[in-house]
Amino acid sequence: MMEDNSPKVISDKIPFYRDVRFLKVFFQILFIIGIILLAGFLYSNMLNGLSRQGIELNLTFLNSEAGFELSEGIDFEPSETFLKAFWVGIVNTLKVSILGIFSATAIGFFFGIARLSSNWLIRQIASVYVECFRNIPLVLQIVFWYAIMLVLPVVRESISFFDSIFINVRGVYLPALEGTAGLILWLWYLLSGIIIAIIVVLGLAAFRYFFQSRELHATSRPSFISNIIFGAKWVAAPTFLIIAIVGWFLTPEVPFELSRPEFRGFNFVGGMNFSPEFTALLIGLAVYTSAFIAEVVRSGIQAVVKGQREAARSVGLKESQVLRLVVVPQAIPVIVPPLTSQYLNLAKNSSLAIFIGFPDLFQVGEIMMSQTGQSIPIFAMIMVSYLIMSLTTSAFMNWYNHRITRIGRSR
Amino acid sequence: MRNKFLFRISVLVLAILFVTPLLADNHESILDKVKNRGKLVCGVHGGLPGFGFLGEDGKWSGFDADFGRAIAAAVLGDPSKVEFVPLNAAERFTALQTGEIDVLIRNTTWTLSRDAELSTDFAPPTFYDGQGFMVPKSLNIESITELAGASIGVTAGSTTELNLTDTMRSLGLEFNSISYADIDTLYNSYDAGRVDVVTSDKSQLVARRKDLKNPDDHVILDATISKEPLGPLTIHGDNEWNDAVSWVVYATFFAEEHNITQENVKTFKTENPEIKRFLGESGEMGKKLGLPKDWAKQIIISVGNYGEIFERHLTPIGLPRGVNKPWTQGGLLYSMPFR
Repeated sequence: MMEDNSPKVISDKIPFYRDVRFLKVFFQILFIIGIILLAGFLYSNMLNGLSRQGIELNLTFLNSEAGFELSEGIDFEPSETFLKAFWVGIVNTLKVSILGIFSATAIGFFFGIARLSSNWLIRQIASVYVECFRNIPLVLQIVFWYAIMLVLPVVRESISFFDSIFINVRGVYLPALEGTAGLILWLWYLLSGIIIAIIVVLGLAAFRYFFQSRELHATSRPSFISNIIFGAKWVAAPTFLIIAIVGWFLTPEVPFELSRPEFRGFNFVGGMNFSPEFTALLIGLAVYTSAFIAEVVRSGIQAVVKGQREAARSVGLKESQVLRLVVVPQAIPVIVPPLTSQYLNLAKNSSLAIFIGFPDLFQVGEIMMSQTGQSIPIFAMIMVSYLIMSLTTSAFMNWYNHRITRIGRSR
Repeated sequence: MRNKFLFRISVLVLAILFVTPLLADNHESILDKVKNRGKLVCGVHGGLPGFGFLGEDGKWSGFDADFGRAIAAAVLGDPSKVEFVPLNAAERFTALQTGEIDVLIRNTTWTLSRDAELSTDFAPPTFYDGQGFMVPKSLNIESITELAGASIGVTAGSTTELNLTDTMRSLGLEFNSISYADIDTLYNSYDAGRVDVVTSDKSQLVARRKDLKNPDDHVILDATISKEPLGPLTIHGDNEWNDAVSWVVYATFFAEEHNITQENVKTFKTENPEIKRFLGESGEMGKKLGLPKDWAKQIIISVGNYGEIFERHLTPIGLPRGVNKPWTQGGLLYSMPFR
């Protein structure tokens, strides 16, 4: 500021409204007041508009009976509340996002590295993959995958593998382990096994620390921690295993049984089912995002200076070792920040589920809005839920990024 | 000089902020808004042949669309001054609440909760419907009780979604319902066998059956599990506008009761004082509603009476008139007196 340059003696004489120290603070306060007033205006305007239409803003409707069924997710009965229905939506969104993030990362790393392959064919295939999938709108891709699911054979003509895996227009049915009545008892055995193992290991470590190692020289004396690790490996794990196996036979009923999908009435019953909606959404999100991740990975690898590769090769490392030991560790800090954005995009894009009828957070919210008319509170709830998910993801990724860059520097 | 200017600006901004909410309270009826705008904005289905859909010629057509045109004819004297907005089940009420549309004519069921809670007002039902089930003939199903364990497709955010749950619960039947926001996805996945059964208003089932791959392979069960009175909706609290919309509906009923048709309305000769009032030849029916004198006549000139609208759109898709005929013929359509 200009006034800063003038001598202090004069600054005493200028009136407060020309004093830069005062003005700085004054305008900041004015700005904050402006923001508050604007927010207040928008809020009161909304309340006015709502009261004119006879809508009251409150959340009591969340405790009333939902009255609709949801096609998948954690157990939900139509007699349960709207709040529970919303929670089912959140869990479904989390499920598809987390699985999507893992699969997109795996596919993305594969194609990102493949794009830099020395093999011409692999390189071209990877480029075609990336360019195709990142340049077609995601909605189209999801609807496309769903259309593919719908041309699978009908239930009665399912494709079956070994009579235990079935694929049909209702999705993929896999055998699953289901807990029986004996499961609880067996879990108690396991818990007691863990407790016994901990006691034994601590006792053993203390014993070795105080008695056995006293004769050794102080510097070569094993630390308490290494004693615990030793104990865990050679004593606790076997103890635990023995208890688990003996417990398995001690329980009157076998804790788990294999549940195979079986055709009954209209559908397959039992086992595990990935619905076509879920599968189409998961494939759509994973494939789309993986194309972007592939580019992120490629740019990360190319950011590692060429000399590093050459140096690694010159000490005789194999090409795979060059990648694993030298290039990737240095590329990761470059990759992580843009990777975080891709994860956030994937989670938010999962709201496109509404196009194919997967009951995610957004679709459940839409149904609730239609059934209750409480658009504004429900929209706010949806926004806050996505916000919390995104902030958590980015906090975790920032922590991870901080950790790896710190390790990088200390090296 | 400069900070004086800033001071003035701040005062002005504050004044605007404090005064505007008060001004916002001052509202005019949608009836006046439509007149000033010279155009009606009407929410319709968009994907339901017979009721509201975009034809190949780029024109909106259907039973619901014609009621939109009837309102435009009554208020503005011109049935073409309508803008149709296609809406899905879940977004329709928000569109009405926010004033994006003036009236919603999108086979919407009149229920207590929607009337009381949703800040909407209903005009008289234009179509009395009921919820039914469509199943492939190959399943050999004749009644709802045989649907235990079935996957049932339904429109997300509709009354049919709630009725389905109620019915299956009261029968103690397990089922799996899949809700689709988009009606085309719903019928596509039914056609592909993703769901065994599709449930909706019977009129919709009839209308959509024609578009399935093999319409003859599907049967609509006899059972009707609910009452679905479908009609136009307006925003809650705007009585003038709701009155106008309601009487447009009554006018189409009244014309059918008295055999006033698109063809004969211009030359209709009568000594019946009520019909004279209806046609605007005497009395001030239009003025009382805030509409032009010949509002009812304009409706009949542009879209015809209820029977004509029905025969134009619903008879071709195979819907019988059922209870949707005038009370004089044992139906449910009953116009309030034009007095």
